[in-house]
Amino acid sequence: MTASVALKDKEVAVDEEGYLVNLADWNEDVARTMAADDSIALTDNHWEVINFLRDYYAEYQVAPAIRVLTKAIGKKLGPEKGNSKYLYELFPYGPAKQACRYAGLPKPTGCI
Amino acid sequence: MTVLHTTNKSPLQTRDLQSCLRLTRPGCGILLLEDAVYGALKSTEASEMLAEAAKDRRIYVLGPDLAARGFTPEELIAGVTVVDYGGFVDLVAEHHHVQAWV
Amino acid sequence: MSDTQAGEGGNSKVRRFMFVNRKAPYGTIYALEALEVVLIGAAFDQDVSLVFVDDGVYQLKKGQQTKDIGQKNFSPTYRALGDYDIEKLYVERESLQARGLAPDDLLVPVRVLGSAELGVLMEEQDVVLSF
Repeated sequence: MTASVALKDKEVAVDEEGYLVNLADWNEDVARTMAADDSIALTDNHWEVINFLRDYYAEYQVAPAIRVLTKAIGKKLGPEKGNSKYLYELFPYGPAKQACRYAGLPKPTGCI
Repeated sequence: MTVLHTTNKSPLQTRDLQSCLRLTRPGCGILLLEDAVYGALKSTEASEMLAEAAKDRRIYVLGPDLAARGFTPEELIAGVTVVDYGGFVDLVAEHHHVQAWV
Repeated sequence: MSDTQAGEGGNSKVRRFMFVNRKAPYGTIYALEALEVVLIGAAFDQDVSLVFVDDGVYQLKKGQQTKDIGQKNFSPTYRALGDYDIEKLYVERESLQARGLAPDDLLVPVRVLGSAELGVLMEEQDVVLSF
């Protein structure tokens, strides 16, 4: 039972919840394709969060829980972006879970 | 050649390495892997025991396990040899059997 | 834990949780499991402290490089604990000394306590979880 995301030139494996099996498979096309499957076109605001998550993971080897993400985004990008309303508008399936998936990270520790 | 002994537990937490040293004979080889690599560091409470053993036994440490734990070969007791996975295989081939102290 | 729920905030009783880490990383799964439990538990807004004693102090050793053992290097995650509002990290002085380590060898700032002080702190907890 293997799921995958179909890109133009190849398929990348994902787990049963849609997270990348191999983090190294990620590129921007993966994020765009995953978002398109959810009927979302990624904007600069989405990318800002996705890139933030990728940087956070590179630094700490952990995908932040939602409240950690909200707080950290607020610190970095300002209070108008560091709140759950803004983040839920961008990622309606749950900012940490959905954005981490697009960012090619594992499901955040502490999200059920 | 003689016996290669392997052990994988930290001597600061269990007595496996101590038993291994007590029951092995001069001339044998002892390979420290996984948490046993802490036993080859020069400034711990277990250092003296291993330094003593290193006088008449060949002591080896698995390099990747040492690096994983944040230590470098410079922090090892004098006379201890670092080997990689290939070196591990060579040691097994060079000895006529392997005894694991798990 | 029936009277404490995640995200309820003010009304719930805050309990003191202490996680006691006594195992080296990588050789066993304990260290990583403890860290994951701590990160998950952080959502419950309790008074959490982490203690590192015995070989548990090795979890915080700087310079861990795990690519050649095929395991994830989870040591950078200890530096993210502050983001999870986990600020109380204690290391036993005797355990450091037995291993020839100093606070400078550790990848996060910690409070170094002697066994006696740490024992008192343990006794004051509501819940102590050992790994």
